Amino acid sequence: MIVMQDVHKRFGPNRVLRGMSLEIARGSSMVIIGGSGTGKSVALKCVLGLIRPDAGRILVDGQDIRTGDRDAFLARFGMLFQGAALFDSLSVWQNVAFRLLRGSLKRPVDEARAIAIEKLRRVGLKPEVADRFPSELSGGMQKRVGLARAIAAEPEIIFFDEPTTGLDPIMAGVINDLIREIVVEMGATAMTITHDMSSVRAIADRVAMLHDGVIQWTGPVAGMDAADDPYLSQFINGRADGPIEAVR
Amino acid sequence: MNPAARPLAHIGRMAIALLAALGRVAIFAGTAAGHMLRPPFYPRELGHALLHVGWLSLPVVGLTALFTGGALALQIYAGGARFNAEAVVPQIVAIGMVRELGPVLVGLMIAARVTSSIAAEIATMKVTEQIDALVTLSTHPMKYLVVPRVIAGLLTVPVLVGVGDVIGIFGGYAVAVQNLGFNPAAYLANTVDFLEPRDILSSLAKGCAFGGIATVMGCYFGMNSGRGAQGVGRATKSSVEAAAVLILAANFVLTGVFFSL
Repeated sequence: MIVMQDVHKRFGPNRVLRGMSLEIARGSSMVIIGGSGTGKSVALKCVLGLIRPDAGRILVDGQDIRTGDRDAFLARFGMLFQGAALFDSLSVWQNVAFRLLRGSLKRPVDEARAIAIEKLRRVGLKPEVADRFPSELSGGMQKRVGLARAIAAEPEIIFFDEPTTGLDPIMAGVINDLIREIVVEMGATAMTITHDMSSVRAIADRVAMLHDGVIQWTGPVAGMDAADDPYLSQFINGRADGPIEAVR
Repeated sequence: MNPAARPLAHIGRMAIALLAALGRVAIFAGTAAGHMLRPPFYPRELGHALLHVGWLSLPVVGLTALFTGGALALQIYAGGARFNAEAVVPQIVAIGMVRELGPVLVGLMIAARVTSSIAAEIATMKVTEQIDALVTLSTHPMKYLVVPRVIAGLLTVPVLVGVGDVIGIFGGYAVAVQNLGFNPAAYLANTVDFLEPRDILSSLAKGCAFGGIATVMGCYFGMNSGRGAQGVGRATKSSVEAAAVLILAANFVLTGVFFSL
């Protein structure tokens, strides 16, 4: 279970998180929605320890993320970055097997390559792709490789940062379906941040809306359309008029 | 504030900012040095860095040294002719290349070629979240990106300086023998007889220091770059400027140190 308690983070005068609290149950898929610049990525990076919160606590299975062995903590996570964040200098299979080629999860090279190819197949990529470099792939293929890398070490918790940004609607649908299938298949806890409502409906068990640095609404995805929260209603219906100020 | 004091305040703020920046670089270099001694180590990355910093820099270093050595021989000959001292060409070329021009020119070429490339590569990795990705994959960016490059700089730049010294002396030799009518055997004998071990030692020590400066500055500005293409560009430009100035400053200090020995 992931628990964020009253998390604050500011960058200079810009107060991004103003007391964000959220609970994500083990094995569930939580999607955090909100407009651009509302702090969704900052929240996610705070959980991973990539950004240090100014105040508040973040617990993973009851343990404060600032305590304990950092490598063991990170070994429980997989993450798909917005731009895939593949390493240009490494081939596709070396990207996917990155964690399996070094550190505490190190395997023999042949075994790591075999696992990488299996994971590539799982995300719909042929083994021939394994020896290509990221710059030789389309945006959709790069996302799939990023997804394969995120699941390569079979993590308990997977984070998805804007998984469909920059993809055409069909490819976005494919990625959404893959994420849902993989999360269910692995029984992993998932935290996704997006402002793509088709992703929300495809991926989420529960939805949380972040606005003004706090969670404005949270509940099951099935209850999202019927909720009477004006912020949520404006956001999911894409209306310019409402409590969320839209800059024209 | 008294208007007359404003320029002083401005100078004071600039001095404090400069000291703060030097402090940040020193902390960064110290952190990198600490990571050099603790596992995990990444030999594959080190091999790649040795190739990139050392082997692939050989052509530009060699050509720079060759032309500089040749030009130096011509200048010394022309200058020496004013007071009938043309015969000192081999000695001055040797000492000029080994003690001063070899290390400085190699250091500046490394700053241009390697520092810029390291800064641009790491800054691009930062803006495309590849450094965050490294962290989430349980890999420390200092160990994976910085340490191999700095070790490569410390190990290969002295070798490049040594090679540059030899090629520079050869450039002077070729010009002196072909164009200025020097006897080949006498030229080489004068060169070898005149150089002392401490000349070579100072050259290699400078190479080591310049290699460290060039790679640390590339890594520092890359890791601390701003966002977007502008951030990458600014990091690259600043890294080369800082490396070049620090190399020249370090050269002055090291020359003083070796003079006093």
